[in-house]
Amino acid sequence: MIQGEPATSEPPDLTEPPSERRLARAARTALSVTLLLALLAGVLFPIVVIGIGQLAFPRQANGSLVLNAQGQVIGSDLIGQGFQGAGYFHPRPSAAGADGYDASGSSGLNLALTNEKLIETLRDRAQAYRAENGVPDDVTLPADAVTTSASGLDPDISAANAALQVPRVARARGMSEQAVRDLVRAHTQKPLLGFLGEPRVNVLQLNLALDGAQH
Amino acid sequence: MAADVFLLAVFVAIVALLAVPLGAYLARVFEGRPTWPDRVLWPVERAIYRVSGVDPEHEMGWSEYSLAFVGFSAIVAILLFIVLILQSRLPWFDPEHMVTPMTPDLAFNTAVSFSTTTTWQAYGGETTMSYVSQMALTMANFLAGAAGLAVGIAFIRGFARTRSSGLGNFWVDVVRAMLWVLLPVALAGSVFLVWQGVPANLNDFVVATTAEGGRQVIAQGPVAVLEFIKNLGTNGGGFFNVNGAHPYANPTPLANLVGMLAITVLPGALTYTFGRMTGRQREGWLLFGVMAVVFVAGALTTTAFEQSGSPDVARAAGMETAATSDQPGGNMEGKEVRFGIAGSVLTAAATSNGATGSFNSMHDSYTPLGNAVPLANMLLGELAFGGLGTGIYSLVMMLLITVFLGGLMVGRVPEYLGKKLGQVETKPVVFYTLAVPGIVLALTAIAVTSDAGTAGLTANGGAHGFTQILFAYASSAANNGLTMASLNANSVFYNVTTAIAMLVGRFALAGLALYVAGLFARQGRRAPTTAVLNTASWTFFGLLVGVIAIVGALSFFAVLALGPIADQLVGLQ
Repeated sequence: MIQGEPATSEPPDLTEPPSERRLARAARTALSVTLLLALLAGVLFPIVVIGIGQLAFPRQANGSLVLNAQGQVIGSDLIGQGFQGAGYFHPRPSAAGADGYDASGSSGLNLALTNEKLIETLRDRAQAYRAENGVPDDVTLPADAVTTSASGLDPDISAANAALQVPRVARARGMSEQAVRDLVRAHTQKPLLGFLGEPRVNVLQLNLALDGAQH
Repeated sequence: MAADVFLLAVFVAIVALLAVPLGAYLARVFEGRPTWPDRVLWPVERAIYRVSGVDPEHEMGWSEYSLAFVGFSAIVAILLFIVLILQSRLPWFDPEHMVTPMTPDLAFNTAVSFSTTTTWQAYGGETTMSYVSQMALTMANFLAGAAGLAVGIAFIRGFARTRSSGLGNFWVDVVRAMLWVLLPVALAGSVFLVWQGVPANLNDFVVATTAEGGRQVIAQGPVAVLEFIKNLGTNGGGFFNVNGAHPYANPTPLANLVGMLAITVLPGALTYTFGRMTGRQREGWLLFGVMAVVFVAGALTTTAFEQSGSPDVARAAGMETAATSDQPGGNMEGKEVRFGIAGSVLTAAATSNGATGSFNSMHDSYTPLGNAVPLANMLLGELAFGGLGTGIYSLVMMLLITVFLGGLMVGRVPEYLGKKLGQVETKPVVFYTLAVPGIVLALTAIAVTSDAGTAGLTANGGAHGFTQILFAYASSAANNGLTMASLNANSVFYNVTTAIAMLVGRFALAGLALYVAGLFARQGRRAPTTAVLNTASWTFFGLLVGVIAIVGALSFFAVLALGPIADQLVGLQ
């Protein structure tokens, strides 16, 4: 019925409100265009992206999972884990889930810097960190050691944070500090092209390397 | 600080370099001139027109164009609402982990939010949305973004055309925006993200047995499908609760940089398109220059505050605030190590200026004045590059105010691009500048004086709580979607009031912009005379930047004083 319309029946002034009949036709057009574009974007596009992703980059497309020798999933390269043992490097404080590092419920702490509760939390964490790693009061702590990450799943710590944990880890494992320090250096990622991103250490990869070094 | 400035300089340089080829490409696409993907895309385009009964030659006036835009957005919202409300009966719904109930008010708020490019999220993605819902959200990201671009192009036509009653055809513009721009670019971008580590699967959540023998459930899904278009369409709603801070959504600093370019490059290129289509390239570059100045000034301010952090906090915890070669220093509360201060602030600047609510750091934990900049960017109407298609009219409307004021000051005839700015044209421009302050201030006042409003303040109070509420309405009205996340906004009160702000911010502003474009399209173009204010000069450049600052300050200084300024002065020592 659209094709049959002679063009001359259109009112010449386009700013005039459309008549009822034109409105019905416009509604049909609107519905049809929108649904077609919705199919392209909401069905075809996801299929193509998932398909290409699975074929070209299967590891990343499935979550960069880390498997042990038995083929069981022990985590993901990209997702932090809440290591607590003295023989492991510890990640940043996390607010995801009740115990932290809940990778099915990412979350930040979202306290204001002016909130007394945040200041107390940071003070307590700093004390615990100093006690655990034997860091004297006159040595300042790297900010990432006591502050909460945005995601609650931050896989990285700063190189300075890792360096302060080296003596504790070495002692707990009976390894030389130099050997642990070498592993940290090998797992320190530099900024891309020298300026993109921060120098950082992936805690899960480093800890798995520590376990591997002692086998 | 040097590293932060360098990153910012690289970013703006890339946006400027890409503005020329992309701006020229956009002009060709929307003027219907030949482009290189034509051969592949023409058959698809023609098929859509044939099936839908679109006459591509049909020209729409401003009212018909606006009506088509509103109708299109309404259908997107309804489609999305239906999928959301039915999600528990559709595939890929995991009741064990997707535990937030999809109430009608949450579905309504989300449908409005995603069909207006706001993508304000009153929910946490992985704990609420099934994979089918996430794909429906992807659909809305594309369509709402394309509609924004279409309106921006129609607005430019108002200044490019003379003695014309038409602004183009909305259906042609939206189909071309999808086929020639968003779909191909998002496809390349999404595959790039998978390469960087963003998952693209339909797997169940993975249960890992950690190295220490613990149990970790790791959310999965078609993350890459959503994560690129959320930035390219200047929408911003992420797959996960913590959006771009999640290492699956934004795994590397490179992915973060590319995401921020995806937000900024097309709106930057539209200034070149503006120059090209109006035949006044200098005017296009003036728009670009003003955007760059506002963008950089804000980003540097935030960097300064975030890098110094809070002396209180640093003292209490004995923390290092200066950046060194092996740690980022500054205010790292609510930030990720891989982005540090520089990558976090770049994202705060690009998203708050770019009508995109994606974030990679938590705004609640910013220094009060560091966070006042993103807030101000939104309140100013997101004109520093801005949203896709909306940024260009945000800035040009401010420019028209400047032309009017400048004309009054020096006694020149107010004219822009050879078109007269008379009483009829000035009225809608003034309404446009009043709409956002009106709705934001009114809703903020209602929220802070009502129990339903203050009930949303769960973790922080005082001046900071006031800022959270102001931030929420600024973000909704600006169609941004950024949030200070400790505000609990999933209540009937916030779901309804933020939706109202989103609707005003989207449709009242676009309607007024198209009306103004319609008025200008009708006029002929006068020959330039010396009696006219020269709008392609450094003087005018300075005047425009000044007017942006003054209009912003006059409209919002009082609330900024009650919120972030008080928070900084009183709470932070």
